[in-house]
Amino acid sequence: MSGAAQVADVAGASAVAGSSPAAGPWRRALRRLGRRKPALLGLAVVVFFIACALLAPWLSPYDPIATSWGAIRKGPSAAHWFGTDELGRDVLARVIWGTRASLAAGVISVSISIAIGVPIGLAAGFVGGLTDGLISRVTDAFLAVPFLILAIAMAAFLGPSLTNAMIAIGISATPIFVRLTRAQVINVKVEDYVEAARALGNPPWRIAIRHVLPNVIAPLIVQTTLAIATAIIAEASLSFLGLGQQPPSPSWGSMLNTAKNYMDQAPWMAIWPGLAIFVLVLAFNLLGDGLRDALDPRGR
Amino acid sequence: MTTYLIRRIATILPTLVFVTMLIFGLQQLLPGDPALVLAGEEQDPQVIAYLRERMHLDEPLPMQYLYWVGGVLQGDLGESIRSQQPVLELILQKLPVTVELAVLAMLIALLIGIPAGIVSAVRQGTAWDYAANGFALWGLSMPNFWLGILMILLFSVHLGWLPASGYVEPWVDPVANLKAMLMPAFVLGTNVAAVLMRHTRSAMLQVMNADYVRTARAKGLSRRVVILRHALRNALTPVITLGALELGTLLSGAVLTEQVFTIPGFGKLIVDSVFNRDYAVVQGVVLVTGTAYILLNLLADIAYVIVNPRLRS
Repeated sequence: MSGAAQVADVAGASAVAGSSPAAGPWRRALRRLGRRKPALLGLAVVVFFIACALLAPWLSPYDPIATSWGAIRKGPSAAHWFGTDELGRDVLARVIWGTRASLAAGVISVSISIAIGVPIGLAAGFVGGLTDGLISRVTDAFLAVPFLILAIAMAAFLGPSLTNAMIAIGISATPIFVRLTRAQVINVKVEDYVEAARALGNPPWRIAIRHVLPNVIAPLIVQTTLAIATAIIAEASLSFLGLGQQPPSPSWGSMLNTAKNYMDQAPWMAIWPGLAIFVLVLAFNLLGDGLRDALDPRGR
Repeated sequence: MTTYLIRRIATILPTLVFVTMLIFGLQQLLPGDPALVLAGEEQDPQVIAYLRERMHLDEPLPMQYLYWVGGVLQGDLGESIRSQQPVLELILQKLPVTVELAVLAMLIALLIGIPAGIVSAVRQGTAWDYAANGFALWGLSMPNFWLGILMILLFSVHLGWLPASGYVEPWVDPVANLKAMLMPAFVLGTNVAAVLMRHTRSAMLQVMNADYVRTARAKGLSRRVVILRHALRNALTPVITLGALELGTLLSGAVLTEQVFTIPGFGKLIVDSVFNRDYAVVQGVVLVTGTAYILLNLLADIAYVIVNPRLRS
């Protein structure tokens, strides 16, 4: 989805913040989320994958990088539920350990985007004028280059590794957070309570952080969930191209890259890592859609 | 309209300048001396000296940028270290293949996304609506390189209906070309189809509640006429312009799709250049993509104003 469309999509969630300054709206939003079965299913799947990542050393039946020349490209069996790969490594073990790379890429790269994008968007929206003009043009320039192509180019110049892939994805996804935060701040800064804070003599930085920022958080939460889904696909894509996690460390994308060379002999090598990416991304999208509906009372 | 055009074109100029700065800035991410990195493993002193002179590395950074952007304005995007060909020439060679893939993918996306969006909105809350929404969620969550692999497994490995890889130029053998492009175009189009379905659905739902649609219904017009002549015509305008903006998704997706199906296009060029450390080509591809996206965005905006007389003022 294009950046602008995503921003427009999640912007509706801001309505929760404006509905009442008390703690009530958040509790009501949480209750609404609890009534949305697809969102709860998404949350359960995300929790399942987090548990897999954390408990990988105990859940994994084999060492994910241990090769076995006697078990090369063996189909699924009681010993190897998901089969083995071209070096005799257990596919299930690699899928379980691969969860770490995908979730880390999703969470860390989006944290980078938030850490850079939210303060810049806050400054652009709150200060306005020349600062806003300059930030907006730079954001437009970043958004003009398709997300994955920019991430590939950055990862290429930084060098192939999971860390550099996360940095490249994080920086490439930053403009969406800048644009979303800016748009929300422009709406919120004309509200009466911000005027009141200004009339009371609060300095601008205090108004921005204490009064404006908390009221633009709802759409940012929705965007974060959807951005994690995009970042997981982006990390898998970079690893698939050989620019992310490097062998022999397990990553779903690099597993698929190898699997495509053995499609006629060992199709199971391509099934499980791809299914893992699809299910995790679907779960984050379900959760994101549910959060948007729950945080936007107009959507009811 | 002329004033609007001038104002709109004026707004893209600073964006274009920042795009060039961003792409030039990529070079600064290289660890150490760019000439040493770009010279490759041989580290030939002659090559290093040539690169230093060509890239004006002894000059301050702003001057290096001005030299580079000056070259870009004259169509000089540098030279491929690997093939010694001008970067622009390389890109122009590969671009038609990706454009064909993107156009076919967009056609598939339009053929799936718009009818699915209409049915979903018209039959809101029914099994059709749930199925269309399910399709959109599937399309947005499916990594296209995995879908490509699964389709190769089914249609090439098991059924043997379509070729797993390769590319035949359309003027050499149009049928073989279509056979080779069918799976890649479908894989590339599913994500955009999902986005178009969601946009069409929400645009249709908005329009279906509009006064003029209610009037058309009250006049006793058939449901089909109301939907196709009155609602769809108005709902499609923003959808088509938003569709144009999905070019970025198609170009990003093409990188992976071309890799899976071994199609010698623009996407494969950037990936091959990354592994050959042919950084001038990487910069050239990013620059062409960014510029194309900005220009397409401009055309979409102009088209939107042309079909929406109210916006002209």
